[in-house]
Amino acid sequence: MIIGKNITKKFGKFKALDNVSVKFDKGECIALLGPNGSGKTTLIKSILGMVVPDSGTIHFDEQDILHQWLYRNQIGYMPQIGRYPENMTIAQVMDMMKDIRTTGHVKFDEELVKSFGLDKILDKRMRTLSGGTTQKVSASLAFLFNPDVFILDEPTAGLDPLSSELLKQKIIKEKQKGKLVLITSHILSELDDLITEVFYMQEGQLLFHKKLTALKEETGESKLSKAIAKIMSGQPA
Amino acid sequence: MKNILKYVIVDIVQNKIVLVYTFLLLLISLSVFNLESNSAKGLLSLLNIILIIVPLICIIFSTIYIYNSSEFIELLVSQPIKRKAIWLSIFWGLAASLSLAFFIGAGIPILLYHADATGFMMIAMGLFLTIVFVSIAMLAAGLTRDKAKGIGLSILLWLFFSLIFDAIVLFLLFQFQDYPLERIMVFLSFLNPIDLSRIQILLQMDISALMGYTGAVFREFFGNSLGISLSFAGLIIWILIPLIFSLKKFKAKDL
Repeated sequence: MIIGKNITKKFGKFKALDNVSVKFDKGECIALLGPNGSGKTTLIKSILGMVVPDSGTIHFDEQDILHQWLYRNQIGYMPQIGRYPENMTIAQVMDMMKDIRTTGHVKFDEELVKSFGLDKILDKRMRTLSGGTTQKVSASLAFLFNPDVFILDEPTAGLDPLSSELLKQKIIKEKQKGKLVLITSHILSELDDLITEVFYMQEGQLLFHKKLTALKEETGESKLSKAIAKIMSGQPA
Repeated sequence: MKNILKYVIVDIVQNKIVLVYTFLLLLISLSVFNLESNSAKGLLSLLNIILIIVPLICIIFSTIYIYNSSEFIELLVSQPIKRKAIWLSIFWGLAASLSLAFFIGAGIPILLYHADATGFMMIAMGLFLTIVFVSIAMLAAGLTRDKAKGIGLSILLWLFFSLIFDAIVLFLLFQFQDYPLERIMVFLSFLNPIDLSRIQILLQMDISALMGYTGAVFREFFGNSLGISLSFAGLIIWILIPLIFSLKKFKAKDL
C-alpha cells in the first residue's frame, strides 16, 4: 500500500531521515517506535506530503506521491499537536473539513464525535479548548471520512484514560475492517493488543521492521515493552 | 479551491482590521473632498494619501494574516487539496477583500465627487496597487518562517518602493544630469509599481507640464493608449512575478 525507497531528508545539517526504505501493507497495524527525534514524525509527514524529501521516492497504491494530492483522500491523519484556526468553533472546523473533503457520497463516521462527547460542546471556540479536547477533535477528524489508511501521531498523548480506551477500541475496530493503521507512541504498554508489526527507528535510520509475534519469539518476552527494552539494552535474544 | 476561498474571505471579513481600514479610507476621502473647494484639488490630495496608505496597509496586513493562518495552512496541507489551491485561495481572499475595502472606502467617494477619466484611473490604480502589494506580501511571508523577519521584510519593501527607490532615482538624476536620462527614467518607472501608478494618475490630471522636459517625455510615452496598456501590463507583471515565486517556494515548503 505504501512503499518508500531510500528516503533522505535533511533539516540544515541534521539528517532527520537517512536512507529509510519502508513497506506498509493493508490490514496491518504498525507501531512506529524510536526515541525522540529519531525521525518518526518526519517519516509520517513525508508520506503525507507535508515534508518534501531531499531524495528517494514514496509510492501510495503504486503511485508516486510527489506533488500529488488526491491520494490524501484515503488518509486520515491525526497530528501530534493539532493546530486549528483559533477563532473557529468545533462545529465550524468539522463543517469546513467536510466541505473541503466531500467527494459526493461519503458517509461520515461520527462515532468518535459522539463517544468523546464533542457533540455537546460544538459551539466552543478552538482557542478555548484544553490540550486533551483538541486531541479529541484531531482524532474525530481523522476517523470522520472513513479512510483506508490511518496515520496517528501519538494519538493518546494528553487523553484521559477513558478517552484513550475509547480511541483504542475504535482503532481495533478499524483494523479489523482490513485498514492500514500507522501509530507512533511512547506508551508501549497500550500498544500490545493493537499492533501487528513494529517499525523501530533510531537517529533517522530504520533499525528493524518485524512482525510483533516474531519479535516476541526472538526475545522470549510476552510484553512489547519488555521485548523492546531487551533489544535496546543490547542483550542477545 | 472555491471552498477554501470562501473560508478565507469569511475569516478576513470577521477580522475587524479590514473594516477599520475601509472606514479610515472612507473618512479620509470624504474629508479631503469636503475640505477642498475644487474636487480636482481634492483628488490630488487623495492621490498622495492613497499612494502611501494603500501599499502600507495591504502589505503589512497580508503578511501578518499569512503568518497567523499558519495553523489553517498546516491543517489544509495534510488534506487532499493541492498546495497551489491553498496558496492561491489565500491570495485571492486577501486581494478580493482588500480591493473591496478600497473600492468602498475610496472608490465610491471618488465616483460621487469626481467621476471622470482621472477618477476612474485613480480607482484602477488603487486596485492594482492593492493586488500588487498583496502579491509582494505573499513573497515576503513565503521567504522566511520567522514572523518578525517576515514582517520586517515587508516593511522594508514598502519603504523601498515608497521612499528609497525615488531617492535612488533622484540621486542618479543629479549625478548624471549632464546626460539625457529621460528615456531611462521611463524604463526605471517600470521597476516601481507605485511610480507607475503615480505617473498614470498625474498624466490624467494634466499637471505633467509641471514636470518639465521629463514630463513631456512621460506624456509622449505614457499618454497614449499604447503607453497606458504598457503600464497596465507592467502592473500585471508586478502581480504575477512575486506570486509565482512565492507559489514555487510554498510548493517545496516543509510544514
